[in-house]
Amino acid sequence: MPNFWTDPIGFLTQWLTALLIGWGVAPEVVNFSLSLLGAIVLPLMAMLFVIFLIWYERKLYGRMQDRLGPNRVGPWGIFQTFADMGKIFTKEVITPTGVDLVPYNLAPILAVGSVLMAWSVMPLSVNIVGVNLSVGLLLVIAAGGFGELGIMMAGWGSNNKYALLGGFRAVALLISYEIPMVIAMLIPAMLAGSLNLTEIVANQDVPFILMAPVAALIFFITQVAETARAPFDLTEAESEIVAGVNIEYSGLKFGMFYVGEFLHAFTASMLFATLFLGGYRGPFVEQFPLIGIVYLLIKTFFVYFFSILFRGGLPRFRIDQMLNLNWKILAPLSLAMVFITALVDKTAVQLIGGQLDSTMLLVVRTVLLLAVNGVVFWVVTRLMEINIKPARRVVSGARPVATPGVSQQSPEDPQVPQEPQVPGEVSA
Amino acid sequence: MLDHWLYIGLFFVVAMLLPGAAIFIASILAPKKPTPLKNSTYECGIETVGESRIQFRAQYYIFALVFLVFDVEAVFLFPWAAAYNQLTLFMVVEGLIFALILIGGLVYAWKKGALEWK
Repeated sequence: MPNFWTDPIGFLTQWLTALLIGWGVAPEVVNFSLSLLGAIVLPLMAMLFVIFLIWYERKLYGRMQDRLGPNRVGPWGIFQTFADMGKIFTKEVITPTGVDLVPYNLAPILAVGSVLMAWSVMPLSVNIVGVNLSVGLLLVIAAGGFGELGIMMAGWGSNNKYALLGGFRAVALLISYEIPMVIAMLIPAMLAGSLNLTEIVANQDVPFILMAPVAALIFFITQVAETARAPFDLTEAESEIVAGVNIEYSGLKFGMFYVGEFLHAFTASMLFATLFLGGYRGPFVEQFPLIGIVYLLIKTFFVYFFSILFRGGLPRFRIDQMLNLNWKILAPLSLAMVFITALVDKTAVQLIGGQLDSTMLLVVRTVLLLAVNGVVFWVVTRLMEINIKPARRVVSGARPVATPGVSQQSPEDPQVPQEPQVPGEVSA
Repeated sequence: MLDHWLYIGLFFVVAMLLPGAAIFIASILAPKKPTPLKNSTYECGIETVGESRIQFRAQYYIFALVFLVFDVEAVFLFPWAAAYNQLTLFMVVEGLIFALILIGGLVYAWKKGALEWK
């Protein structure tokens, strides 16, 4: 019988199995029902966790904008989300005429369900993981793609031009940003030599952010873009396309998009913590796996805090700026990082691997990769400075400049006051 | 191994059912008073002209195509990354040559101006 403190899930599984078999349940049924129990508990906890996340983000966001944030319902406004939930559950769900019912109704479900899928392989602690899947990283990527499908379905199904424009942007942007994201994920997989998330964490004797800081930066930027939040929220730009894909959704269907967005941002932060910050690792994790969850949450909230700073601090990008950033900087850079990391690391191991013990080799590899990353980062920033384009794109030519003293008014209506014209004004 | 995929399958069903159940409960609780005006397509107060599913710029299509190439490439690179620790330097270089061919594709698309948003 495993000890509860060293293997809580194993302990509970054995205890429940013994209990159910004692009741005379067939072993196959026991196996199935335990899987089902695990599959219900984990996503339910994630969904309930969103209640806290929304409060946390609104509070922080308020502080960043010099407001107090929610502060009326309960201490520090902590029950605000419950009040909002009560409201949104009883709001009328309007289905506009002419919508394509299947994609329209499936889209909010996919938006949440796809994010929840990623939790099935996320290692929360040493033995606490939904399923220790050998291709866990691929499953996370596939689940992310599902979420984008949901956004596209919402755009197409809504029978609204704004929603369709949002859907188009989703195709061009969310999909494009998946490329550098997936390639940046290759580097931790490569350094750990596995696609299994638990093994990736277990192999991080040195957190991979030290061995691949550029890949970590790329992953951070692209995960913000992937969740379609500011500054990459072109798919739901309120001031341009009036909330884009969620324009025709109301009541809890809109609420599901909202939940999906927050949960996605948090899950992506957790993935960052798992891939680059050593996940659940910390002192005493082997003895008390439950501490690992605390370490993981601390690291995740650290990353999440930065993504909220990102969201609060930067203005929205234009579509051409976003595509340029993706295809001309992030995608080539991420591929170059895979090349450089693979070559430098392998050459170092082949040349000096035999002469050093494993600890020294790890230190040498880390220092070497850190130095190479620094050089690449410096070169890229220099290249960006050299090739920088004028920030304002001139669409129309300059208007004719008014000559002082010469009236431009027609002689028929001299009463109209003359407007001063700004020289060289262009419309962007 | 089969247990793993059983769990994933159950998890998928539950993950889709949870938001579905929430929406179902909300649709029971919420009032339903549809009117033709309320159900009309939102377009900032004016009536929609013509078809909602309008034509789109070919540019979106081009980006989707370029994406496809790279996504397939990434899928092929993942096994290479997973086996990285057992590979010799020669095999690593082989994998990189495969990626280089596809980078040629990116350079071609770039030079063709497919990556410009006009």
